Amino acid sequence: MASETAASADTFPKLLVRNAKKFATRPAIRLKYLGIWQTWTWQQVLDQVRPLALGLHKLGIKRGDTVAIVGGNRPPLYWSMMAVQMLGGIPVPVYADAVADELAYVLDHAEVRFAAVEDQEQVDKILSVSERLPKLEQIVYDEPRGLRDYDHSRMHAISSMIADGRKALETDPQISAWLDDEIAAGAGADPCVILYTSGTTGASKGVLLTSERSIRAATDTVTFDKLTEKDEALAYLPLAWVGDYYLNYAQGLVAGFCMACPESPDTVMQDLREIGPSFYFAPPRTFEQMLTRVTIRMEDAGAFKRWLFHYFIGVARRYGERILNGEPTPLHGRLLYGLGKLVIYEPLKNVLGLSRVRVAYTAGEAIGPELFGFYRSLGLNLKQLYGQTEAFLYLTAQPDGEIYSDTVGVVCPNVDIKITESGEVLFKSPGMFAGYFKDEEKTAAAMTPDGYVKTGDAGFFDQKTGHLKIIDRAKDVGRLKDGTLFAPKYIENKLKFYPNIREAMALGDGRDFATVMLNIDLTAVGNWAERNNVVYGSYQELAGHPLVYDMIEKHVAEVNRSLASEPIMAGAQIKRFLILHKELDADDGELTRTQKVRRGFIAERYAPLLTALYDGSKEADIATQVTFEDGRKGTIAARVKIRDMQTEPVPAAVGKAA
Amino acid sequence: MRAPSSGPEVAAGDVLLAVENVSLTFGGVKAVTDVSFDIRKGEIRAIIGPNGAGKTSMLNIINGFYQPQRGRISFKGVTRTKMRPYEAAHGGIARTFQNVALFRGMTVLDNIMAGRTLKMKRGLFWQLLRHGPALAEEIKHRAAVEEIIDFLKIQEIRRVPVGRLPYGLQKRVELGRALAMEPELLLLDEPMAGMNIEEKEDMSRFVLDVNDYYGTTIALIEHDMGVVMDLSDRVVVLDHGVKIADGTPDQVKNDQKVIDAYLGVAH
Repeated sequence: MASETAASADTFPKLLVRNAKKFATRPAIRLKYLGIWQTWTWQQVLDQVRPLALGLHKLGIKRGDTVAIVGGNRPPLYWSMMAVQMLGGIPVPVYADAVADELAYVLDHAEVRFAAVEDQEQVDKILSVSERLPKLEQIVYDEPRGLRDYDHSRMHAISSMIADGRKALETDPQISAWLDDEIAAGAGADPCVILYTSGTTGASKGVLLTSERSIRAATDTVTFDKLTEKDEALAYLPLAWVGDYYLNYAQGLVAGFCMACPESPDTVMQDLREIGPSFYFAPPRTFEQMLTRVTIRMEDAGAFKRWLFHYFIGVARRYGERILNGEPTPLHGRLLYGLGKLVIYEPLKNVLGLSRVRVAYTAGEAIGPELFGFYRSLGLNLKQLYGQTEAFLYLTAQPDGEIYSDTVGVVCPNVDIKITESGEVLFKSPGMFAGYFKDEEKTAAAMTPDGYVKTGDAGFFDQKTGHLKIIDRAKDVGRLKDGTLFAPKYIENKLKFYPNIREAMALGDGRDFATVMLNIDLTAVGNWAERNNVVYGSYQELAGHPLVYDMIEKHVAEVNRSLASEPIMAGAQIKRFLILHKELDADDGELTRTQKVRRGFIAERYAPLLTALYDGSKEADIATQVTFEDGRKGTIAARVKIRDMQTEPVPAAVGKAA
Repeated sequence: MRAPSSGPEVAAGDVLLAVENVSLTFGGVKAVTDVSFDIRKGEIRAIIGPNGAGKTSMLNIINGFYQPQRGRISFKGVTRTKMRPYEAAHGGIARTFQNVALFRGMTVLDNIMAGRTLKMKRGLFWQLLRHGPALAEEIKHRAAVEEIIDFLKIQEIRRVPVGRLPYGLQKRVELGRALAMEPELLLLDEPMAGMNIEEKEDMSRFVLDVNDYYGTTIALIEHDMGVVMDLSDRVVVLDHGVKIADGTPDQVKNDQKVIDAYLGVAH
């Protein structure tokens, strides 16, 4: 197996040389160009990277130099990364859509002397901030269009560098031997890449990773998912994100599988279908978009097809996951599912480009059980993982056959995870980072004295499954008065997975018990109202309707039941809830522009309701100012009812597993 | 990739097309009166003017759609008295239209392939057979069309029927079809009309790239003064069918006659 020998090669260039021997004629990288898929084998990739490394050496790249890589998923940029590593340099991939200012920050902080970029757009961006980058010496580029009239004393085309380098390597065996020595001189402890975190919390930090650790981490997961040189992945994730560097670049080199680069960022869905990858990663949002697209297109289909689709999706929901998880399933269920596979599931997966997927992962945010179940029930081996750039991605992942929508899986091989008193997840992992680039202080702050790295996430191990559950950012987790752990986002996410509930805000930090304020989803509940002859004139009227309260009460009760089944969370069950008389709105400052609830602001604005939730009153009056779409302001006054909930007994015997 | 079109070669900077004392009337209406100007090889030449100034008429004269009653037009040194649009096309003049004129039911790919029609040598017989020389020819033309699709960054809509595309993209496809003819002179009739700022920026970029990458000479009509001043090398200004100014964007911008024409001083 590929991964066994991988351990002997401790740098990525050595792996490349190994692959060029071992998988010489197997595809290594593909690119759709001018409408046709072009393929380079491992041998051909090495034949591109070696001359490119020589060219970069001639420009003056030395061991330990940082080189910015800016652009989309283009083979020449991946080759540049390999070539830089071959010379002992450190590639610093940067998001292609970074604005000039962010770009300047990263390039300046990483002290890059060289940049490998995709096209004129990126060249322009770099030139526009060149006065902030006094260290930057040379730029190499992939796509020459539009660059003809630029000053070429500082700019070089990657293609011509490869051509020149090849000539030199062919004519002079000494140069070739020198390059072999350079590759051999690379050590496992050398830094192999700096990945800048996106910087949602303050300035972005450069995560420094070393070769040997990265390779060891990738080897572990390649073994875990049984990836081989026969696999194929679509390289469409941003180069600068740890996901692309890990899942495609590192795992690709370790396992020897092929990564296919899309024709353009806009053609990813079509390219996905043409390539039919066997290893696939996408954030939950992408899976959601795919489902939406399918649903919309099914609405346009003929009546018979629509019926067929809905019928067999129903069958899949009933039996699909049970079959995939190997649970007992009645014979007629198996037969129906088999039929559905023939007429709906397989054709549908084919349209989505997921037919050949053997392992699919999602991560990054909580995925709704409905959505997760949909793909699982089609027979797609969709799993969740949890990780961080600092860990070189994987910390936990779900093994085949042990899949739950609300866990992130078991601890990966050779990873050590510890959970602190306060619930924060700490780890030691084979791919652990060497530190933040040029930032001792932050590195020290991220580590515990005994060498664990703080994730900043709070979580716990589910007792039934042994899987890790991530509940919230550690700093948002609070405690009730009696000391019970209270994780607002965990409760809110559970509530928001009900289509009838649009927004939720859980309260309880420093209080006697947990309560929630809810927004109903006007489309979903309105639809329900129509079917049940509930008459309403506005959101406010519908939200206050007793029948709506009854329905929501059932959802909250189910959430309580689910919380009760988890000993750590059981104490923070929802005792009281109310449905807000208006929708939370970014225009009123209640949500951020990215639709996140602004807790502090809401607590202040709805103070009378907050008081009522905790003083036992059955209803409360509230008047709030609202901003209409045309900018006028008005006041909405309402009397909001509050419901008490029965909580489940804490050591619950029954309950949904995970 | 430039295939030479018929006629003698013109060196960059020399006059590619000259219009001399051209007049065009429809019945009693004077559309264009005694207008002269030239377009030099490799430049971007703008024709501007208020509504009804005769800009589109001028473009229609250049590509042979209208026959002027008086005056002469010489293209690549050959002076012509009468020319048909298809002759203009054969001669290396391509154009886009003010209102998008594409085959709405056909895909983007097919629309741009249609621009290669003039370059197809094989007759109906071979085309129907779909083998041998016709197939080889099709592959060659498809490769050229793919270059254009890549150039205009419209890979994701290759197979989409044009009618389903937003207006800004249709304009880009139309430019693609004109490029497929590998023209020597490209006439663009209000390429940015009805576009938002972002689409205008994209289109401006493509116009400059066409000029730079393919070396195509471009004559364009445009209302957006910012665009005209940024893109063009020289500008000719028409008002009521008469040429009132001709020069670099800066010269034209400061010309009193032009200012008057745009601000509406009594004539």
